[in-house]
Amino acid sequence: MKPETLLYPTPKGLFCEKGGFYIDPVQPVERALITHGHADHARAGHTHVMATRETLDIMRSRYGDAFCVSTQEAILGTRTTIGDVTASFHPAGHVLGSAQIAVEANSTRIVVSGDYKRRRDPTCLSFEPVRCDVFITEATFGLPVFHHPDDRGEIAKLLTSLKQFPERAHLVGAYSLGKAQRIIALMREAGYDAPIFIHGAMARLCDYYESEGIALGDLRPATIDAKDKQSFAGAVVVGPPSAFADKWARRFPDPMPIFASGWMLVRQRAKQRGVELPMIISDHCDWPELTATINEIKPAEVWVTHGREEALVRWCELQGIAARPLHLVGYDDEGE
Amino acid sequence: MRPFADLLDRLVLTPQRNAKIKLMTDYFRAAPDPDRGYALAAIAGTLTLKTVKPNVLRQLVLERMDEVLFRYSYDYVGDLAETISLVWEPAATGKPASADLSLGAVMHQLETAGRANVHGLVRDLLDQLEGSSRFAFLKLITGGLRIGVSARLVKQALADMGNVDVTEIETLWHGLSPPYVSLFQWLDGKAGKPKLDMPAVFHAVMLATPVGDNDLASLDPKDFAAEWKWDGIRVQLANLAGTRRLYSRSGDDISGAFPDILEAADFEGIVDGELLVGGTMRTNRATRTFSDLQQRLNRKTVTRKMLEEYPAFIRGYDLLFSGERDMRPESFLTRRAALSALIEKAVPSHFDLSPLVPFSSWEELDRLRKEPPDPVIEGIMLKRLDSPYTSGRSKGPWFKWKREPYNVDAVLMYAQRGHGKRSSYYSDFTFGVWTEIDGKDVLVPVGKAYFGFTDAELEVLDRYVRNNTIERFGPVRSIRAEAGHGFVVEVAFEGINFSSRHKSGVAMRFPRISRLRTDKLPSDADRLETLLAMIGTAEGNLAPPAEPI
Ligand SMILES: [Zn+2]
Ligand SMILES: [Zn+2]
Repeated sequence: MKPETLLYPTPKGLFCEKGGFYIDPVQPVERALITHGHADHARAGHTHVMATRETLDIMRSRYGDAFCVSTQEAILGTRTTIGDVTASFHPAGHVLGSAQIAVEANSTRIVVSGDYKRRRDPTCLSFEPVRCDVFITEATFGLPVFHHPDDRGEIAKLLTSLKQFPERAHLVGAYSLGKAQRIIALMREAGYDAPIFIHGAMARLCDYYESEGIALGDLRPATIDAKDKQSFAGAVVVGPPSAFADKWARRFPDPMPIFASGWMLVRQRAKQRGVELPMIISDHCDWPELTATINEIKPAEVWVTHGREEALVRWCELQGIAARPLHLVGYDDEGE
Repeated sequence: MRPFADLLDRLVLTPQRNAKIKLMTDYFRAAPDPDRGYALAAIAGTLTLKTVKPNVLRQLVLERMDEVLFRYSYDYVGDLAETISLVWEPAATGKPASADLSLGAVMHQLETAGRANVHGLVRDLLDQLEGSSRFAFLKLITGGLRIGVSARLVKQALADMGNVDVTEIETLWHGLSPPYVSLFQWLDGKAGKPKLDMPAVFHAVMLATPVGDNDLASLDPKDFAAEWKWDGIRVQLANLAGTRRLYSRSGDDISGAFPDILEAADFEGIVDGELLVGGTMRTNRATRTFSDLQQRLNRKTVTRKMLEEYPAFIRGYDLLFSGERDMRPESFLTRRAALSALIEKAVPSHFDLSPLVPFSSWEELDRLRKEPPDPVIEGIMLKRLDSPYTSGRSKGPWFKWKREPYNVDAVLMYAQRGHGKRSSYYSDFTFGVWTEIDGKDVLVPVGKAYFGFTDAELEVLDRYVRNNTIERFGPVRSIRAEAGHGFVVEVAFEGINFSSRHKSGVAMRFPRISRLRTDKLPSDADRLETLLAMIGTAEGNLAPPAEPI
């Protein structure tokens, strides 16, 4: 069958008519398949939700038990029949529980990547390429400028700064789901074993990662009385980026604003945000990973969703791969 | 190259002065010669390289990349060198980029390459360098390095590194050249202080401290000479062993912009004075304002027309060297007598002597200070008669006693978050005064201030901003400001002038928030007419000259 009839964009999100479900819908629907737990992909209010166990747990912890009427756990690599199609979930390497979703009918297979990356991440399973006729890829960092450096070098920048400025609190802004835990795990791998202080907004998710067997070391709440302000000298404090522009940041001595994001590659972006130490660490593919993935999967066709669609479509055209933008709305950039 | 590239990236994003110094000092301690010397030259602006044209770079990148994809990338990043550094994909057959190519090696290759080979060399180096090093390299060869570090600041970092006084660095500075190996050897304690063979080098200037509230009570007027403080820029003119140089007070060589003065300097020695525009007292013509002087500043060369319309001269304050003789250990009186004799024989149109102001009591001097006889005077200098010429600023021998700064009451209109320590505070303020437009009184912004208040006052201001925001545009908040509701501050500033760049038509010099007037309503604030009237009596200053990079 024609892929355009198997899956197509609607205002509520990507829709599979034959299966009667949406993937990552942005409005409440009857039946939703969810790729991962980020709030722009995993919304509350659907009737029936199918996702990996971890994604269901994350949604429950964010929205409460009543986030939907009924749930179905997706087992990675197992095919499930839904209406007239089969669906299967495969690791995406983005955050804990993240999955690509393959949808198949009449020997046409489309893979929806959701958000994904190709690098090693100690906090989640690695991306698995799945052969398909149509690969739907994200393009958050879909411009040739994006070359994310080795994350160990970025962690080293932070560790160097801690030695250089031992009197300053190092405030690391990182997305609460995935990025924060990855930064902490990478710091532990680099041998940093002092307590790391976390903003209240990410305590539950860190606890959840720990309960899933991802060791994050000694984590403590970043709450203090004004009188022991100095105890945060030289400490690492991790919090959501929005908290650092807030009064909350003032409790720390001479705070150094740090932001862990793929956007930090562009100097002007870092400067505009008042970031002193940019850490270029992303949970999305950079340009070489996007293009290498397409070369590896060799789909007959590529559809491009949220991000810099035009550049990736152009690149596909130059390679002789059929490609088009999907123009889905409602998905955010990383940590912005 | 990587440590240098990392340093640049950090310096650009670090707002605090001390943190910048620390970053530079740590780098200078860790980096080897000659890398650190070239880095120093790049930061201080003393590096001379053949520059590569943007078109050449564009050509190089398009050899490997689709033009449309390049355009998308450039549109997004907005800076050519940065775009190329980010999109560059090393050639598959290129040498492995295993070892980090040193800054010294890169400089050596650039210096020895022939004109014809530059194209290929740049391509080769881009292949061998990684991301942020590519960026630093491209900025160096396009001459577009802007990192917000003044020459003064990098000299302070050198002083900290070697635990010496910054004036020692300033004195040596113009006698040394990149890659400054002898300087670093000395600062490392591995060799003695470098010997200079060029005599016409800059000698750190003597600075005054402001007169404090109770300073004068314990001093005897008979021990001091008073002089007008002229509102030009402080300079040092050196002419020794056939070399003539004009330096700013921080030791920047500004000779290129003032050929008229260098040509007229037919005496041997080193003079300390004020650089001004207009006529000297010896020619009986008026001294012109700072804004006229500004026409001649920050230029590499100067046209004949400029020389005629804005003639520059030096008003002598002091004499450091008379011929080869070091006058600095002598008393002020002795130096002054020698200076007076020297200027008498100098070209009248380009040199005069700063006159002394006779006085017998501090009260009398205070009156003179408040009503100076010339609009280009910004206060009084007090100099101990027996004081030698010592570099730097120590309290006691020299005082400056400025005219009162101007004051107005203004209303806060916009606020923006500060940097670094203050990044969680709204600490940068735009303030306005009343004016009538179309028959209605409205507030018009007249300036910006981000200091002058105490930490406790900042808490008050920040709270007011947060509770009275009416609109946000990016980092800027617009604050409620109406006749009956708003925040009034007293703004002090040192000068005011007409400005076509500001909507209000005026520009203040050095404005600061001197007091919070919580006792006043916005309707009590000043009007634009008050400010315009001040221009008539002001010293005629535009913005101060930008700090040389
Ligand atoms: Zn995501
Ligand atoms: Zn997303």
